[in-house]
Amino acid sequence: MPPRANLRAIALHAALILGAAALAVPIWLAFVAATRASADFVAGDVGWLPGPHGFANFWTVLAAGDSADGLPPAWPMLLTTLVVALLIALGKIAVSLPAAFAVTYFRFPFRSLAFWTIFLTLMLPVEVRIVPTFQVVADLGLLNSWAGLSLPLIASATATFLFRQTFMSVPDELTEAARIDAAGPLRFFFDVLLPLSRTNVAALFVILFIYGWNQYLWPLMVTTEPRFYTIVVGIQRLALAADEGTAVWHYVMATAILALVPPVAVVVGMRKLFVRGLVETEK
Amino acid sequence: MQAKRVVFPHRLLPALLVAPQLAVTAVFFLWPAAEALWQSTLREDAFGLKSTFVGLANFRDLFADPDYLVVIGTTLVFSFAVAGLSLALGLAAAALADRARKGALLYQTLFVWPYAVAPAVAGVIFLYLFEPSLGPLARAVGPAWNHKLIGWQALSMVVMAASWKQVAYDFLFFLAALQSIPRSLMEAAEIDAAGPFRRFFTVSLPLIAPTGFFLLVVNLIYAFFETFGVIHATTLGGPGLSTTTMVFRVFRDGFIDQRLGASAAESVVLLLVVAALTVVQFRFVERKVHY
Amino acid sequence: MAGVTLRGVKKRYPGGFEAIKGIDLDVPDGDLCVFVGPSGCGKSTLLRIVAGLETASEGTVAIGGRDVGALGPAERDVAMVFQNYALYPHMSVFDNMAYGLRNRGAARPEIEARVAEAAAMLDLSALLARKPRELSGGQRQRVAMGRAIVRKPALFLFDEPLSNLDAKLRARMRVEIRALQRRLGTTAIHVTHDQLEAMTMADTLVVLNAGRVEQVGKPADVYARPANRFVAGFLGSPEMNFLDGEAGPDGRIDFGALGSLSAGAGARAPVSRKVVAGIRPENLAPAEGDGPDRLSLTVDFVEELGAARLVYASREGRRVVVHTAAHGGWAPGAPLALTAAAGDVRLFDPQGGAALG
Repeated sequence: MPPRANLRAIALHAALILGAAALAVPIWLAFVAATRASADFVAGDVGWLPGPHGFANFWTVLAAGDSADGLPPAWPMLLTTLVVALLIALGKIAVSLPAAFAVTYFRFPFRSLAFWTIFLTLMLPVEVRIVPTFQVVADLGLLNSWAGLSLPLIASATATFLFRQTFMSVPDELTEAARIDAAGPLRFFFDVLLPLSRTNVAALFVILFIYGWNQYLWPLMVTTEPRFYTIVVGIQRLALAADEGTAVWHYVMATAILALVPPVAVVVGMRKLFVRGLVETEK
Repeated sequence: MQAKRVVFPHRLLPALLVAPQLAVTAVFFLWPAAEALWQSTLREDAFGLKSTFVGLANFRDLFADPDYLVVIGTTLVFSFAVAGLSLALGLAAAALADRARKGALLYQTLFVWPYAVAPAVAGVIFLYLFEPSLGPLARAVGPAWNHKLIGWQALSMVVMAASWKQVAYDFLFFLAALQSIPRSLMEAAEIDAAGPFRRFFTVSLPLIAPTGFFLLVVNLIYAFFETFGVIHATTLGGPGLSTTTMVFRVFRDGFIDQRLGASAAESVVLLLVVAALTVVQFRFVERKVHY
Repeated sequence: MAGVTLRGVKKRYPGGFEAIKGIDLDVPDGDLCVFVGPSGCGKSTLLRIVAGLETASEGTVAIGGRDVGALGPAERDVAMVFQNYALYPHMSVFDNMAYGLRNRGAARPEIEARVAEAAAMLDLSALLARKPRELSGGQRQRVAMGRAIVRKPALFLFDEPLSNLDAKLRARMRVEIRALQRRLGTTAIHVTHDQLEAMTMADTLVVLNAGRVEQVGKPADVYARPANRFVAGFLGSPEMNFLDGEAGPDGRIDFGALGSLSAGAGARAPVSRKVVAGIRPENLAPAEGDGPDRLSLTVDFVEELGAARLVYASREGRRVVVHTAAHGGWAPGAPLALTAAAGDVRLFDPQGGAALG
């Protein structure tokens, strides 16, 4: 490689690494804060390097809690968040797969009506219909319940659309071969369509898991019992306390790290599936 | 809307298969949406005991309310700032990563993970970074920083928190678009003696313009709706109205101030906004198919 | 074992397009019947109607004497091989072949025995655990055949099964399929657009065009006595030469400046009727001596095929091609006199194209 091209490559990588580092700065500083003691914040010398209290802080936040500052242990919240994320991801897939199969592989009365009804939900994020949805869930007596937490978030068509797209790309000849092989629609669905869509289901699962894990507004509204608090909601209650002057920023940041590590780990660990799922859902 | 050329002849089965989705859609979507429409025409008395039909009065009041006009302005500034910032940074990073032949996958990972961070969590972290007396970034700025009192600073903070997360998303799509440009096209430009910058602006950029437009719409929808967590977890819409977006205001009117009619009317306005954005997006997607 | 009977079969699509315009056909038991025609002639649609994958708008389909109009594809006792093979990509070769048997509730030992038998027949025994993506094109094709024969159906349906293979493999598979079908004795309908494939494989050839049957018969008969100009032109490569002429006395056809030829006794036309004469390139030969049956042309160019050569010649813009094994002095620009036996000159109606005589 000629030296000039070499230099250019080095500059390119340097710029990229610098950019990636800049993107990570907020999380690094949050991590540094999570390793400091309360006194460091009062004294105003938290700085850019981690302190010695990391283990203690994370242990306090995760398992013990701190009753003096009204801080419950985080692990039940993490567990709740996990359950909510799984309910939303699996629920959405369970509802969307058959629906996508129905609108793709059958002609039935009111098919277009059904399709457009589902399609409409694409246009309305839960945030827009939040107040009436809350009232409906309250009327159904679903406040403070797993169903109330997850069902309204399942009612959206993104997954149905992705699966419809996946199914549309399955060659018709496979369906014909299956029909000649005496496979009825359900057998075809389980024996052929589902195995062929495995990767797309997994990719969508990753996306939906993160979507469910990161839900904020809805869990905030429908839960008033601590056992239904998700970590993302819990951290906000904590942050408000810290912002009002209680010196618990180290605990808040430790909780923030705990809240972001699982979804980040999922994205990094399943980067390929995640990228595929994301790019294809939005296509 | 098309079905397959090859379909199964059954009639009852598909109805059963689509029933669960239709049920959740009806209960948690159609019903609430109808409620919102209905409530937007009602007004409750001071004690919340009875409501009267007022037609479009709620909408008239809404647009006569100077506060609401401020909220609309804030929403527009906030949304375009978030969209612009994350598009620019995402594109810059993607252009660099596309040129780095080695380590493209590593960079993909290094730039994409913030997407997984919840908006509310990102908000809380930025709240700490800019905490006026002890936040490390606030201290770097100096004593002039106090987002608790100064509106534009609060707005900048939530814009940064919201964009930080979205850069990852834009990066991913821009990178995919850049990588789908045929290598031969870039080689042809190189033979035509276009330098790297010229190549980027005259060849790459026009080719990925459709992706950019698509991302603009997606970013606007994100900024309009999904950033609720960022604002609620940091500024609660303040100081004053400086960070109150339209979604935040729906929430405040509906849950805190219990002005259900006004909140419902605001929901309907948002519904129209998001419907318009969706239509624009689908129009565009259709065009892209022919392109 | 079963023959196939079609009566008045029509297929109209919702848009009003008529893909099949009324077809009557009898495929005898044990026959290998080839549907051939240009793309869009309706041959695949007709096959899919027999399979039950599409329903006829009118008419009846019977397999083995049983009207199958109301039956789904699984109930018709047919097996099909698709153009792109349609192998289940996530299943092993064994599972691909066993799937139809399993769905019909066959017992495990029987499935294994039948798959093993079919695999042995098709030389697939070593590949049973593989996935389709790990196979070559020819192997995939054989798996698709295997999936059809394990079922021991009453009827095979082959929808252009060779069109995705390279020329060499295609030639080999033609022979193999032909031999396999003969050995099993199962009636088969084979669809192709390739006239060579159709000629070499068929017991019965069915030439289709624009939704209608143009001619049915043994390949050699259809080739030698095409019912009309379409069939004459479609079968054979290079295409039959067509020359406009006028019938004279004694069965002589006058081509003006080109000369004239005698038409056979079977192909007479009234004197001074306009006709189109069709002569196959291999039936033209250099004229020897000074007889009246000759066409005078000029050589344009020669395509060397190795064993034979194609000589292109023309006069006044009318062109003929000659397929000949002879090494002659075919120099471009040289004069060329050609003749053909009277029996090899076919006559067609200039309107409509029906064979005359």
